[in-house]
Amino acid sequence: MMIMLTLVRKVRRLGRWVIQFFETAGQASFLLFSVMSGQPKVGRAFQLLMKQLFSVGVLSFIIIVVSGLFIGMVLGLQGYNILSRFGASQALGEMVALSLCRELGPVVAALLYAGRACSALTAEIGLMKATEQLAAMEMMGVDPLKRIVAPRFWAGMISMPLLALIFSAVAVLGGYWVGVVILGVDDGAFWGNMQNAVDFHDDVLNGIVKSVVFGFVCTWIALFQGYACAPTSEGIARATTRTVVYASLAVLGLDFFLTAVMFSGG
Amino acid sequence: MGQRKWIEITVGLFVVAGIASLLMLALKVSNLNTSYEEGKGYPLSLMFNNAGGLKPKAKVTIAGVPVGRVRTIELNHDFVAKVVVWMHQEIQLPDDTKASILTAGLLGDNYIGLTPGFSETALKSGAMIPETQTDSAMVLEDLISKFVSSKASEPVASSKVNEKPNESNSAGQAEPVHHL
Repeated sequence: MMIMLTLVRKVRRLGRWVIQFFETAGQASFLLFSVMSGQPKVGRAFQLLMKQLFSVGVLSFIIIVVSGLFIGMVLGLQGYNILSRFGASQALGEMVALSLCRELGPVVAALLYAGRACSALTAEIGLMKATEQLAAMEMMGVDPLKRIVAPRFWAGMISMPLLALIFSAVAVLGGYWVGVVILGVDDGAFWGNMQNAVDFHDDVLNGIVKSVVFGFVCTWIALFQGYACAPTSEGIARATTRTVVYASLAVLGLDFFLTAVMFSGG
Repeated sequence: MGQRKWIEITVGLFVVAGIASLLMLALKVSNLNTSYEEGKGYPLSLMFNNAGGLKPKAKVTIAGVPVGRVRTIELNHDFVAKVVVWMHQEIQLPDDTKASILTAGLLGDNYIGLTPGFSETALKSGAMIPETQTDSAMVLEDLISKFVSSKASEPVASSKVNEKPNESNSAGQAEPVHHL
């Protein structure tokens, strides 16, 4: 009898978990749908978008450039050490550019974006909710989804691919600096092998597609966590942590599937 | 107003930096500027008994100069490899052109080398070079097995050599060194 009761309790807990999961998924989809289907008034919405592009994109610029530079430099250094053991240090440019365009550029830029911009988005919207600014807007007949959430969503969607592109380009320059200027790999071989190996459609465009997907997922998670957080200081703290954890896991997990789809076809 | 102006300027700069990075990745890092438009070239079919490690997008060269790229590699109905290459428009080849699959370096990628013949008639777009006019890929395993089997047949010959006086044996050993 006792075993039956604990079993029932376990099943009930599982059921509650599943229901909560689908409730959350439904709320998140509803948020996404209303953000994407909203038709904003052109002039004012552009101003709001500009402001968000500044705080999401421009303010992430420095961290992206600096980390891109260092990632590229360390790729150049490690690649040179390993490749020169096989007498293939000429292939350094190829290795640096391929690993950046395909994987490191989109993924590391997305992780930095999740830590730098998405956490701020969640905290900002969560605080607005806790101080009842969102409720006040609804009272005034302003839809907070259009006024607050939508500009942030589109700003994230636009910024993330740009940030990933900047990251890759700066990192290639960093690899060039370490490989060619410091370690003395031949200049022509560095760029020539790179151009032979990197295909614009297969590598660069697929990297951009990845970064668009990551921008979409990270921004969506951040906005939903902020919008659905418990309106207390503890709730905001938890929501911000969840944003960074979920967004990072989603980026790494999705990256595997996107790579499997894009690059396994041979 | 000053703050808004500042925001708009930095956002503009940010977008410009993103587009500049895209241009750099497109032109400097990837092959977008070196890839020719396929609409301008013309296809040729090359038949090989063995395509070896040839891959799509491998280059096609004449005298070491790239003049086209491999597009598809498939098995023909009579079990020869049919390699479709896409040639640059301005290259006109005589119809007795020979094609061979070469290797860049010892372990490098395979590519196709064309040797134009002396015929007066030119190859038309979509023309075929039959397998009698092509040299197949050099497969390393075949070379090794040939080398090993030729070595395996040697001891019989060298044992006869051993019956002779020592000078000829040492001369026989010294001879390959001269060749090298």
